[in-house]
Amino acid sequence: MTTATEPDASPGTADAVAREAQGLERLTGYSRSLRSSEGGGTVPGAARRGRPRLVTAYAKDQALLNTPAKRWWTIAALVVALLAPFYLTRDLTLLLSMAMVFAISGIGLNLLTGYAGQISLGHPFFMALGAYTAAVLGGSPGSTTWGFELDLAIALPIAALVPAVVGLLVAPLAVRVRGLYLAVLTLGLLMLGEQIFKQWSQLTGGSGVGRGVALPVLFGRDLSVRYALGPWIIDEDISLYLICLALLVALGVMARNIARSRTGRAFAAVRDRDIAAEIMGVNLLRTKTLAFVLSSAYAGLAGALMSLLVGRIVPEQWNIFLSIQLLAVVVIGGVATITGTIIGAAFVVLLPRILEELAPYLPFIGGATGGGIITIFQLETILFGALIILFLTLEPRGLFGLWYRVRTYFKAWPFSY
Amino acid sequence: MSGIPPLLQADDLTLRFGGNIALDKVSFEVAERELFAIIGPNGAGKTSTFNCISGVYRPQTGSIRLRGEELLGMRPDTVAAKGVARTFQNIELFDNLTVLENLLLGRHQHMGGSWWQAMAWLPSARRAELGARRDVENIIEFLDLTAVRQMPVGILPYGIKKRIELGRALAMDPVLLLLDEPVAGMNAEETEDMARFILDVRDQLRIAMIMVEHDMRLVMDLADRVMVIDFGQRIALGTPAQVQRDPAVIAAYLGGATDDVKGQFDHSEASS
Repeated sequence: MTTATEPDASPGTADAVAREAQGLERLTGYSRSLRSSEGGGTVPGAARRGRPRLVTAYAKDQALLNTPAKRWWTIAALVVALLAPFYLTRDLTLLLSMAMVFAISGIGLNLLTGYAGQISLGHPFFMALGAYTAAVLGGSPGSTTWGFELDLAIALPIAALVPAVVGLLVAPLAVRVRGLYLAVLTLGLLMLGEQIFKQWSQLTGGSGVGRGVALPVLFGRDLSVRYALGPWIIDEDISLYLICLALLVALGVMARNIARSRTGRAFAAVRDRDIAAEIMGVNLLRTKTLAFVLSSAYAGLAGALMSLLVGRIVPEQWNIFLSIQLLAVVVIGGVATITGTIIGAAFVVLLPRILEELAPYLPFIGGATGGGIITIFQLETILFGALIILFLTLEPRGLFGLWYRVRTYFKAWPFSY
Repeated sequence: MSGIPPLLQADDLTLRFGGNIALDKVSFEVAERELFAIIGPNGAGKTSTFNCISGVYRPQTGSIRLRGEELLGMRPDTVAAKGVARTFQNIELFDNLTVLENLLLGRHQHMGGSWWQAMAWLPSARRAELGARRDVENIIEFLDLTAVRQMPVGILPYGIKKRIELGRALAMDPVLLLLDEPVAGMNAEETEDMARFILDVRDQLRIAMIMVEHDMRLVMDLADRVMVIDFGQRIALGTPAQVQRDPAVIAAYLGGATDDVKGQFDHSEASS
């Protein structure tokens, strides 16, 4: 439990000299004397061993993976995630891909709701915008619908860009209200969007009909063809899975970078005390708008990926139930944590499947033929509702908070604190 | 102070909430490096004056100029960018963030690097974070917050929170620091610590300060000049010694001097 942060170990660098000349280090002479002392903040390896929290440089303290345990777990999780689809059935691969899409969308929502504190029920609207942008740019034209058959390498970035721009246009309205009013405003946006999508049949294929999605062609390669990579066969499901994984990792790291930077702190400040944040020099309008735009871009990309996974999209699927599912991802996973959001997404997407597998062993669940007290779909809905209530009241930091408690307990073990 | 232009000049500030006059033609100026105190009974308009300076309230008339530049009409974040920092009467820290993150928020406007650079964690963003961290560590040492730097602020005791607020304001590298009741609710020992920090800020960092405070001993010991307001009106302005003897102050602020209060004043005079 040693916590020590030594001043950084670079005495007399040009940077430090320049900073001193500017008078930025005039507060005390103390830290300077430490920095230029013999050995300048280096600690012998023997003393570091077994003390993961003994940090010897600010850069190390601020690193994303600042303990060995985090580094090893991340590497292990990545390896498992990379290999998993080759050993799983097709439907499980698809399910995991869907979980990753929910994670990307959830990270976007968490940036807006968890970090910046702006509740949004309109997230599926931006997912729909992304999905339709990708479908129009990358899809083949139907009898009534548009399609330009472009490469995914073009369609996907634009599918993030279009919702971001729409988010930027909507933001001036949204940043003027907060709390419940913002929730209602974004709900209105969702309903407005649903009507537009139902009517605009060149874009969406129209109500109840829907349209096909972008062709799976990335950098000129047709992903629907099977590829052999050494001993592994990559078919379309696995290709899509790997695209989702790559994007999730990239977008997750980007979100973490935002969260630990100046911008992320501004988000949190606006969430916790907006007037104090303003007096600290944080521009409220700009900060909230940025959160809105970033979150919309994440949603758009997730929407585009979701359309690729399901293969056909109808205007009705971007509804309030999807926004509640996304809120469940954020709340169950953990507000204002990126890792938590990924866990939450996996939980929300995989729970129905787990229930399905368990159903034969639970006598009170009725099957397709009837019998039992409730159907599996009802049980699923009840469980989601109950879990959201339980997490909000008992562990607002979600599954990540639970994990954090376990970790803290074992860090101090065998002492109680 | 003649000849040297004042750091802050407030003229004829009038602030009304409906029919209620919070400030009535209040004027004062603060010199560079001065420790200026504002005292007055509850509801006299002390915090309202602060809120006018930092842009939270818009007074109906008057002007506030910082080194000649008009502050009225600016948003709070623009006022902050001009070099005005403040602490709050009721602590306004970001409870969910650590001490370090709270102090780093003070560096917000001085940090370079935009959001997209941070997203890709480009060298520029990394340098900005490290630079801010170094500045903040200096303040952590200055205010003796080393032991708590990684703790969330919400769980820390009151006296420490007050100190963190001072640190957050100092991190903004201000030219003018507004302290709203820096020792309210503190015991004698904590008050003494805070007084020492305030003196250090004045003597080492040479930052001008305006302090609102109810602890008369502290005000009379520390302040260069004192302004007394009551019901939104300025009733006295001068050195602590002048203000103490002002009959208007004794009548209005103290509600008639009792022996008890006189004793307190005499004591502070003796010790200063």
